[in-house]
Amino acid sequence: MKWDEFFVTGEPMIYGAMVSIVVATLAILIGLTYFKKWGYLWREWLTTVDHKRIGIMYIISALLMLFRGGVDGLLMRGQLAKPENGLLDAQHYNEIFTTHGVVMILFMAMPFVIGLMNVVIPLQIGARDVAFPRLNAVSFWLFFAGAMLFNISFVIGGSPDAGWTAYFPLASIEFSPTVGNNYYSLSLQIAGIGTLMTGINFIVTILKMRAKGMTLMKMPMFTWSVLITCVIILFAFPVLTVALALMMFDRLFGSQFFTMANGGMDMLWANLFWVWGHPEVYIVILPAFGIYSEIISTFSRKNLYGYKSMVWSMIVISLLSFVVWAHHFYTMGHGAMVNGVFSITTMAIAVPTGVKIFNWLFTMHKGKIEFTTPMLYALAFIPIFTIGGVTGVMLAMASADYQYHNTMFLVAHFHYVLIPGTVFAVIAGFYYWFPKLFGFRLNERQGKLAFWTIAISFNVTFLPLFFLGLNGMTRRMYTYSESTGYGPLNLIASIGAVGLAIGFIILVYNIYWSFRYAPRDTTGDPWNARTLEWSTHSPVPEYNFAIEPTVTGLDPFWEAKKGGHQLYQGKFEEIHMPNNSGQPVILAILFFFWGFFMVFSWWTPAIISGIAILIMLAVRSFERDHGRHIPVKEIQETESRLRGEQV
Amino acid sequence: MKLDNTLPLEYRSEENSNRILGFWLFLGAEIVLFSTLFAVYFALWNRTGNGPGGHEIFEIGPVLIETFVLLTSSFTIGLVINSMRLGLKKPALIFFGITLVLGLVFLGVEIMEFVTYVHEGATLQTSAFLSSLFVLLGTHGAHVTLGLLWGGGLLLQIKKEGFTLDTSNKTFIFSLYWHFLDVVWIFIFSFVYLKGMM
Amino acid sequence: MKRKGFLLAVFSALVVLLSGCSSLTVLNPKGPVAKTQSNVIIFSIIVMALVLLVVYVLYIYMLTKYRASKAAPDYEPPHEEGSKWLEITWIAIPVIIVAVLSVVTVRSTYAVETVPAGYEDQKPLVIYAASSNWKWHFSYPEEGIETVNYVNIPVNRPIEFRLYSYGPITSFWVPQLGGQKYAMSDMVTKLNLVAEHPGSFMGKNSNFSGEGFAHMEFEVYATSAKEFEEWIDEVKTTASDLTEEKFQSLLDADHVGRETFTSTHLEFSPAPEGEHAGHNHGGSDEESTEMDHSEMDHSEMDHSEMEHSEHTHE
Repeated sequence: MKWDEFFVTGEPMIYGAMVSIVVATLAILIGLTYFKKWGYLWREWLTTVDHKRIGIMYIISALLMLFRGGVDGLLMRGQLAKPENGLLDAQHYNEIFTTHGVVMILFMAMPFVIGLMNVVIPLQIGARDVAFPRLNAVSFWLFFAGAMLFNISFVIGGSPDAGWTAYFPLASIEFSPTVGNNYYSLSLQIAGIGTLMTGINFIVTILKMRAKGMTLMKMPMFTWSVLITCVIILFAFPVLTVALALMMFDRLFGSQFFTMANGGMDMLWANLFWVWGHPEVYIVILPAFGIYSEIISTFSRKNLYGYKSMVWSMIVISLLSFVVWAHHFYTMGHGAMVNGVFSITTMAIAVPTGVKIFNWLFTMHKGKIEFTTPMLYALAFIPIFTIGGVTGVMLAMASADYQYHNTMFLVAHFHYVLIPGTVFAVIAGFYYWFPKLFGFRLNERQGKLAFWTIAISFNVTFLPLFFLGLNGMTRRMYTYSESTGYGPLNLIASIGAVGLAIGFIILVYNIYWSFRYAPRDTTGDPWNARTLEWSTHSPVPEYNFAIEPTVTGLDPFWEAKKGGHQLYQGKFEEIHMPNNSGQPVILAILFFFWGFFMVFSWWTPAIISGIAILIMLAVRSFERDHGRHIPVKEIQETESRLRGEQV
Repeated sequence: MKLDNTLPLEYRSEENSNRILGFWLFLGAEIVLFSTLFAVYFALWNRTGNGPGGHEIFEIGPVLIETFVLLTSSFTIGLVINSMRLGLKKPALIFFGITLVLGLVFLGVEIMEFVTYVHEGATLQTSAFLSSLFVLLGTHGAHVTLGLLWGGGLLLQIKKEGFTLDTSNKTFIFSLYWHFLDVVWIFIFSFVYLKGMM
Repeated sequence: MKRKGFLLAVFSALVVLLSGCSSLTVLNPKGPVAKTQSNVIIFSIIVMALVLLVVYVLYIYMLTKYRASKAAPDYEPPHEEGSKWLEITWIAIPVIIVAVLSVVTVRSTYAVETVPAGYEDQKPLVIYAASSNWKWHFSYPEEGIETVNYVNIPVNRPIEFRLYSYGPITSFWVPQLGGQKYAMSDMVTKLNLVAEHPGSFMGKNSNFSGEGFAHMEFEVYATSAKEFEEWIDEVKTTASDLTEEKFQSLLDADHVGRETFTSTHLEFSPAPEGEHAGHNHGGSDEESTEMDHSEMDHSEMDHSEMEHSEHTHE
């Protein structure tokens, strides 16, 4: 292979990106060396097994990926702003909408949700860490390795360009001969293994490590949503594993699963992809429902209305999510009978979702609603998501879907579901739990300004797409002619996208400003909230709770504050904590190189990396690390320091 | 560390029982993985292109050997757990060794089977049917290979440390894994080989 | 208040949508299939607008009445577990709505999958539509004509489009005549359309298929039966045969303009149906019934498999 094939050439924007990547990397390396932070970085972050720090790393990565995916989105909207625009050519546009989809779903929404899970779940159930802290670090680093592998594709070798759905035979070596889709299969595979491990880890954590007295039906709603989400991960991700493996075999080893000759079946890929892909949507939306439940209940100063039906509706949604996937391709011609069945199962999801909407509304009934920034996102979610939901029902009707399929109507629908559903939720959760992690709140005024900018711009961006879709504009077109009449609405949408970008800039500024100037919160409970995580200090000490809490009902901290219940019974005892380890990050680096060599079919280095991975597993197997114990004296000191007493 | 001495050693600490639950969940994921591979196989099994069909390449002899050794190894790994519960290190080591040797025999026969197929012109690239066959069998074979490496390492650890909280937990989890591979093989034997030869 | 203004905007948008239907392609049907679909869409928009209305009224009520700024400082919100009757209500009513929509969906889906009502007695005009790279080939086997990137059809006669692809999956879509269907390389799918108004309609591939996808459009000319006959006669006298070499060069090209020929490619490059289907095997009926054991996603796979054979064994 020649160097000009290895690096992507001929595109000024990509040269710019290359230069900025090199400059940014150099700046980070020089900065770390100059400020002598290498040791700190290694000891406190790269080797950490603390769920809170892992959560923070997930969230930082997700914010970076939000930037990457957002720039992709802006470029797309820029290209479509006017007819026959020349900002991007077809190939570049195709790569950008592909990476936009993959990055936003798999490297932004998922890690953001998993980051919040990491931060919150052990605290919310009164545990000191997750069940398998080391595995948790492995999960994070594998996700990170996968994300980095995917992201280097646009400068080295070329990005995937067959859509985030990568339908065959388009994604086959015959029609997509660049290495782009090799990156797709390998990076998602590596990140996917991490996600599967997260799923297992959190199921065990939630099932086995809850505080004394916290029965399943006394778990906070966010914990419930995460439990159900992890069960979906457990059953959905292996399907993706298989699909991606078959894709890799087809592309790298010449197998015939999805090819056009020798019996290959292209729609098999579509089936496998969506058997994973539809549950995946619920993997990112159910935790969002959990986050909203916490926030709406907290800021209405009221317990969650219809707790049991909230739990059951999530269980029903999770079951239905596995039996609706064929609605993604009603148009493949599997007849009225099959389409009818899938239409009904799909529309049935509206019922439990509606139950949740009404329960949220009635949680506010007779409440005392406070319009804080997290609450504003939760409140904006209800009307916007309902539009996403009802258009989802419209799309579910097979006969009508023949007219919506592959159009901007569909694009508008899923953005109306995923942005208020997931993006608003993770931002709301970020604002809500931020003081728990860092000990101060993000500035409310700036936060509200960012909120209004984002919420309004969102509608300006995506509402026009419904009409464009009904007017016959298909998705993934890199250009359109003036005679189509698509120009004006596209221009409005593009203006909205600029507004979204401004909103996110304000949000980032808000974080920066608050780090410098926001007043410290010493209470540990700045929102007057209800669940266990608020009963410990902010920032949370590494062991989370000096004494393991005892719980008698829902909203235990609220009850405790009302004087009904003693959360911490007993005295300080030695706390057993896991040791940090450099193995997870080393393992992930090896996976990264293995993936990279596989992408380019460089077999010898790939095999060497594979053997190195096995050696790392063996090292782990032979290791005997039983953690360490924090002595009572140290706990007492930490506790009094966190309470603000002088030691 | 909180220990509940009424439980078998491998379940005794909280970490140990968490690990076992975690591994059961992992096996749940593995069931989905193999189900998907079976689904792919059934979707493609009559799409033979210009290549041979199952009945043309399957031979009952090697398959019976594979089935026999794998089933026997599932029995011997059960004996390992039994010995472990009784606190008998030496018999456990012997049965563990037999299990791994049987696994190795299985793997050897399977590799020979693959070589035969390739010599008959039935390769991964020939047809959709053969792709799905090789990947289904290969995934199972890769699991056995990984199991052999894992089991080999574990054997050394037991030899060195005896049955501790750690090693007994690992051994128990390994036995779950090994039984699982046996169950998958029974499905492969029934729905791939027997069905294909009929 | 800002929020109400936003809601108003949403509603007025819906109103505009409903009143301005005819200007949107999909809601401006020129044949019975698209008409059915347009009716279903408008019906579902009305039902969904009612649902939205209920949610929005409740929402505005809660937000205006129960704000902290309006409550007494010592007001303590009550503890409420939920209400059995309210919860039954908001399960039962959506179930009824979904049931109604299900009936509409199933009936309309059957309607658009078969020959439109009133046209069953007529012999349909069969046209094979095949995609290659970023163009469409239309073959009229009975008339012995082939066109590229445009298709002429007579009005008020059922047209049976038989779709397949010489490459990636594409989706054949003429919004004003009816919804789309995929064209795939290993099987033939069928789309029944009727034009009830003469005119020229935009048709396109709606399924992303690579670099030239944005320009993969074709034009449908619906004319009277008489004009259609005349067009065929004219083609027969003016155009030339489609040779195998010529067809190959068409397949290899990225884009081509409009072309017309007096023979079809079906003779030397048959569609993937019957014995030419991608299956490469005989009857699959006995096999697919055997496949019902095994795990969940497997049994679902059977659906596509069975439908698959349905199409290829006609």
